Amino acid sequence: MQTETINRRKFLKKGLWGTCLAGLAATAALFTKKKHKTNTVWQLDPYKCVACGNCATYCVLEESAVKCVHAHAICGYCDLCTGFFEPQPRELDTGAENQLCPTGAIKRSFIEDPYYEYTIDESLCNGCGKCVKGCSAFGNGSLFLQVRHDRCLNCNECSIAAACPSQAYKRVPVDKPYLLKKMEHA
Amino acid sequence: MIRFVHILITIVVLLIFSSLVFGLERFPPPDFEETDYKIPDTNHITDVVPQQNIFEYIDVAVLAAGLLLSSYLVIKKRSRRLVFMLMIFSLLYFGFWRKGCICPIGAIQNVVLSFFDNSYAVPVTVVLFFILPLVSTLFFGRIFCAAVCPLGGIQDLVLLHPVSVPQWLESALRLLAYIYLAAAVLFAATGSAFIICRYDPFVSLFRLSGHFSILILGACFLLTGMFIGRPYCRFICPYGVILRQFSRLSKWKVTITPDDCIKCRLCEDACPFGAITIPTVDWPQDSYSKSKKLLGLLILLLPILVLLGGWAGSALGPSWARMHANVRLAERIYLENQGKVEGTTDASSAFRATGKPTEELYDEASAIRKNFYFGGWLFGGFIGLVAGLKLIMPSIRKRRTDFQADRAGCLACGRCFQFCPREHVRLKNL
Repeated sequence: MQTETINRRKFLKKGLWGTCLAGLAATAALFTKKKHKTNTVWQLDPYKCVACGNCATYCVLEESAVKCVHAHAICGYCDLCTGFFEPQPRELDTGAENQLCPTGAIKRSFIEDPYYEYTIDESLCNGCGKCVKGCSAFGNGSLFLQVRHDRCLNCNECSIAAACPSQAYKRVPVDKPYLLKKMEHA
Repeated sequence: MIRFVHILITIVVLLIFSSLVFGLERFPPPDFEETDYKIPDTNHITDVVPQQNIFEYIDVAVLAAGLLLSSYLVIKKRSRRLVFMLMIFSLLYFGFWRKGCICPIGAIQNVVLSFFDNSYAVPVTVVLFFILPLVSTLFFGRIFCAAVCPLGGIQDLVLLHPVSVPQWLESALRLLAYIYLAAAVLFAATGSAFIICRYDPFVSLFRLSGHFSILILGACFLLTGMFIGRPYCRFICPYGVILRQFSRLSKWKVTITPDDCIKCRLCEDACPFGAITIPTVDWPQDSYSKSKKLLGLLILLLPILVLLGGWAGSALGPSWARMHANVRLAERIYLENQGKVEGTTDASSAFRATGKPTEELYDEASAIRKNFYFGGWLFGGFIGLVAGLKLIMPSIRKRRTDFQADRAGCLACGRCFQFCPREHVRLKNL
C-alpha cells in the first residue's frame, strides 16, 4: 500500500515535470517563430513629438538620453529663428537673455546676408525640446529630438515612453534605431 | 465630370494634408550664392549604433554559464563561499555593470505582451532570459535565486541579523507576490504598463540614478533586508512564485547533508529564509475529526473565495484601466468636451492635433476597459484560488523524518551546509 502511493505520487510528479519542460519548449518555439525577432531599442517619432519637455525630466539617467538633432537640410537659416530666440527678443544677437535654450547649446553663426547657421553643441543639450517647440511652431521644424543610443540604457519599460503625452515612443528594430525627419520637397 | 472634380479635390486636400504632416516648409532652404557654404549632413547621428545589442547576446551567455556554475557549486561542490563569490559577480555584472536590464523577472511581461499583442515580437534574448532560469529550476531547484539574480544578490549582501518570520505570516505575506504577478500579467497583457520594471526597487540603486521615490523604496527594502532575509525575493518577487512551483518538481535539490540526517537540530535555525522543514510529529488523535471538518469547510470555501475574488477584481477593473494611456486620454477628452474641466493637457492637445476622430479613441478606450473587466475577473479569481489553497495547505500533512530544505522556499544559498555536523564529518573537518 505504502509503495503504491509513493509510486503514484512519483508518477504524477514526473508527468508534471515533463509537462512543464514541454511547455517551456513550446513557449520558446512559439516566440522565436514570430517575425521581427531582432532586439529592439526605444526611439521617438519626431512627427508625433509635441516637445512637452518630459524627455529631459523623465529619463532614468541624470542627463537624459534624448538630445536634439538639427536637420540642416530642412532649416530655413532664418535671421529671426524661433527655435533660437525667445518669443520677443530684445535684440537679434547671441546674448543669453535672448536665447530660448536654457543651456546655451545652440550656436548661431553668420553665413551670408540674411542667413544664419544654427548648430547644436550636443554635450550641452539636455533634451528639453524648447527649441523644437519654437521651431515647429513658426519655422520649418528642422530641430527634433532623438534618443541617443550611446547614452540610452534601453530599459525594458522606458520611463519617458510611459510619460510621453503624444505616445511618440516605440520600440524599433535595432538595425534601424533612428527615426529622422526627412525633407519633403513641395 | 463630377467624379473628376471629386478626385481633384481629394488630391488637393491630400496635398495640403501631407504638407502639414511632413515638410512644414515655411521658409525654403536658401541657395547660398555669395559663399560656398555647404549644407552639413545631419545623418551622422545614425553612426552611433546601439551598443546594447551585442551585450544582450553576451548577457544570455553569461546567464547560462552562471546557472550551470551555480548548480555545480550548490549541488555538487556544496560550497557557500563559492556560491557567495558567484553571487557577488552576478551582482556586479548584471546589476551594476549592465544596469539590471533585461532581467528574467521583467521578462515575464515581455512574454505576456507578445502573447496577447501580435504586433509586439519579443526579442530572442528576452525569451531566453525568461526561459533559462525556469529550465534550470526544473533540474536543480532555485539556483538562479542563489547566485545569478542581481536583485537577490544585493539583498543577500546586506543580511546582517536574520529574524525568523512565523510560518503563517510568511505564507500570508507571500500572497503579495501572487497579487503582484497577476497584476503584472494583467497590465502587460492589456498593453498598459510594465509595472515590475516601473516599481523595481533595486534598479535605481544599480544605476545610481532614478526617481527619488524608487530610490527610497530600494533603501527601505535593504534596511528591512538587514533583519528579514531577502524580503523582495520571499514576499514580492513575481518570478519567485513561478520558480517556487517549478522547484517543487526539480530533479535534483539542495540537501542539508547528502548523508543521513541525525536529527541533531543544529540546522533548525540556520536558514535565514525559514526554508528548513522539521520532522513531523504524529497527528494527535483527538483533533483528527475536528481537522477533517475544518478541511471540508475550507474546500467548500474555495469556490466562494474564487468567485468573491473575481467579483472584487472585476470591480477594480475600471480604475485599473486608467493605467492605459488611451483610457486616461479618452477620459480627459470626454471631460473637456463636456466642459467639465478647463484647459487642455499636453496629451489632449497632442491628440487633437492628430485630427483623429474622438469616437475612435472612445471605442479603443472602451475595448481596453472591457479587457480590464474580463481580466479583473481572472485576476481576482486567481488570487482567490491561491488564498483558498493557502488555507487548505496546512491541513495536508506530509510525513517527514528528517530535517530538510523545503523545495519551494529554499533559495539554494548554501548557508545550512556548515551547520550540519555530518557535513563536517564528510569533509573531514572534525
